[in-house]
Amino acid sequence: MATPVVMPVTAAPAQKSWWKANQRRLAPWIFLAPGVFMFLVYVIIPIFESMWISFYDWDGIGEATWIGWGNYVELFDDEAFYTSLKNNVIWLVLYMLAVPAGLLIAIFLNQNVVGIRLYKSLFFFPFVISQVVVGLIFAWFYAPNFGLLTQILAWLGMGDIAILADERFVTYGIIAAGLWPQIAYCMILYLTGLNNVSPDQIEAARLDGARSWRMLWHVIIPQLRPATFIAVVVTVIGALRSFDLVSIMTDGGPYGSSRVLSFYMYEQALSEYGFRMGYGAAIAVILFLIMMIFITGFIWKMVSDERGGR
Amino acid sequence: MNRYFAGAASALAILGWLAAPVAAGTIVVNTDTSDPAPKQAFQELIDGFKEAHPDVQVTWNVFDHEGYKTSIRNFLTADAPDIAAWYAGNRMVPYVDAGLFEDVSDVWADNGLDESMKSTAESMTLDGKKWGVPYTYYQWGVYYRKDIFADLGIEPPTTWDAFLAACAKIKESGVTPIAIGTKALWPTAGWFDYLNLRENGYEFHMELTGGNVPYTDDRVKAVFDRWRALLEPGYFVENHAALDWQDALPLLVQGQAAMYLIGNFAVAPLREAGLTDDQLGFMQFPVINPDVPMAEDAPTDTLHIPANASNKEDAKKFLAYLAQPDVQSKINATLGQLPVNNESEVPEDPFLKQGFEMLSGASALAQFYDRDAVAEMAKAGMEGFQEFMVKPDRGEQILKRLEKIRSRVYK
Repeated sequence: MATPVVMPVTAAPAQKSWWKANQRRLAPWIFLAPGVFMFLVYVIIPIFESMWISFYDWDGIGEATWIGWGNYVELFDDEAFYTSLKNNVIWLVLYMLAVPAGLLIAIFLNQNVVGIRLYKSLFFFPFVISQVVVGLIFAWFYAPNFGLLTQILAWLGMGDIAILADERFVTYGIIAAGLWPQIAYCMILYLTGLNNVSPDQIEAARLDGARSWRMLWHVIIPQLRPATFIAVVVTVIGALRSFDLVSIMTDGGPYGSSRVLSFYMYEQALSEYGFRMGYGAAIAVILFLIMMIFITGFIWKMVSDERGGR
Repeated sequence: MNRYFAGAASALAILGWLAAPVAAGTIVVNTDTSDPAPKQAFQELIDGFKEAHPDVQVTWNVFDHEGYKTSIRNFLTADAPDIAAWYAGNRMVPYVDAGLFEDVSDVWADNGLDESMKSTAESMTLDGKKWGVPYTYYQWGVYYRKDIFADLGIEPPTTWDAFLAACAKIKESGVTPIAIGTKALWPTAGWFDYLNLRENGYEFHMELTGGNVPYTDDRVKAVFDRWRALLEPGYFVENHAALDWQDALPLLVQGQAAMYLIGNFAVAPLREAGLTDDQLGFMQFPVINPDVPMAEDAPTDTLHIPANASNKEDAKKFLAYLAQPDVQSKINATLGQLPVNNESEVPEDPFLKQGFEMLSGASALAQFYDRDAVAEMAKAGMEGFQEFMVKPDRGEQILKRLEKIRSRVYK
């Protein structure tokens, strides 16, 4: 380092350096940069990449050929796609049961008796164990010949029904397994919500003669609105990404009648007989669009709430 | 200045360290042999190879059997080993087409394999070249309870009518005639393969799985009619769609079912569960059309050299070693399967002896529906077969759907 570097001894007082002038505006962006970068690389860019891939016929290793809307044309003529879509709707509707069921259990558990903490944790237990384990437990529960449900049905004289092998019952059987942890999740959300219900208002309502149902409907539930909002959001998301239970319990069967879109996408793109990346990507795009409807709805509601819609 | 040298030197050192074992003659072997017997067999194979070629080091990676089917796609492109396990027939087409497998015709030519492995040569050939070396195969057929048959006074049926009569008699005695577990789909394909091979023959079966015949063809419908003759009287176990193939084994062991169309790999667990060779028997799938020569299902497992392998020279030595008759005798004794090399010895096992005789007399060998048909068609097909087994009245509709998929897959 032989060259002498001349450092300006004093900065010109009239014009502040560009950095100083813009520091306040730039700082947030600099702090955000790592997060934005990650979000771009792992979320935003893959979304567009999926859309791009969905226009190709590609097995993941060979040559990709551009087929335009071909994958979508095929998709809309594909019985399996409609089965999955129908199942997704059933999932969405029935999964919503977790919200009132969670509320009910939360109200039931919101009391002070000896050992209530233990009961609460026992009710919360299914949410702590992995979905894979839930799926296995329920698969055994439903198993023909030795499953508990089969035994009960046999005892009631209703004969042998293999829930997971019957196209009429299979989706409901899996949803029942999914509801078990989901109810626990909603329950916890409501339990915390119930802690924040203002005692003054309950007192006042009681003085005005509100009892049981009227109390619940007009006083408690309105105060639980934030908890309800979150419970609905997580339940919708839970229903749409219902992949693990389907994969563990039936692998989409019997003959594909318990598939949902996320599972069908995986099956087409990544499973043993699949590797149709373009087709899988097309399913992913459709699933993304369905999710966008809900996400836009939620964001719109959140924004309007924040603007003082309370 | 010196810093650069130091940096370059250390970089070189690291590169050298990474490259060194490869240069000294190492081959990396990736296999899906996670089950005990195959793992043991490969241990013996690799130990034997090291003894025969002390200058070559072997690094062996065992993958989980199911997980391997997806891992192979990654490592063939990104981090190729020198030897990879895979399957014969159409199952290897995607990798051959994508240029990920190395042509090993020279290994076949130099070791006279075209003669000694004649039976599988065709299933290893694509575009007139050989793409791997097979090391084992096994028979499919009907495993049955000898004691139940004896009690009911039934002889193992050799014709379709006798087979139907046997089923009826077994059903009458309160035992389910046929065990099957279709949850994983592929066991259904065993039935389709055999009914088609017996009804229409090998040529037609290959035409169909090759995508050249529509599924709505009358000959395929005839196969479904044969199948329906077993389904409608309820000859298969109930709720088979909820069972894996292993879940159906206890039915045979407990005597709740009398027959099971499956591969020879079922013998080991059946013996472990307590069936003796006096109770368990094996028979060839009965004749349906006497004019059709008897072809059999015999899936073949193979080893390949990835095109991106770094040490192809030693990998070829490994394949040549694998092809030797004595080596194949030894590993198949451990595997409990049949050697591919016709100069090898068949293991001392009544089922393998019987299987070997059956396959030696076979007019041709099919790989299995999901290896003969391309993956996408195989998946849809087996799903259709499962649906058909549950709802036999939908046969027509299912074949129409399969035809739609066939006409798209094989453009």
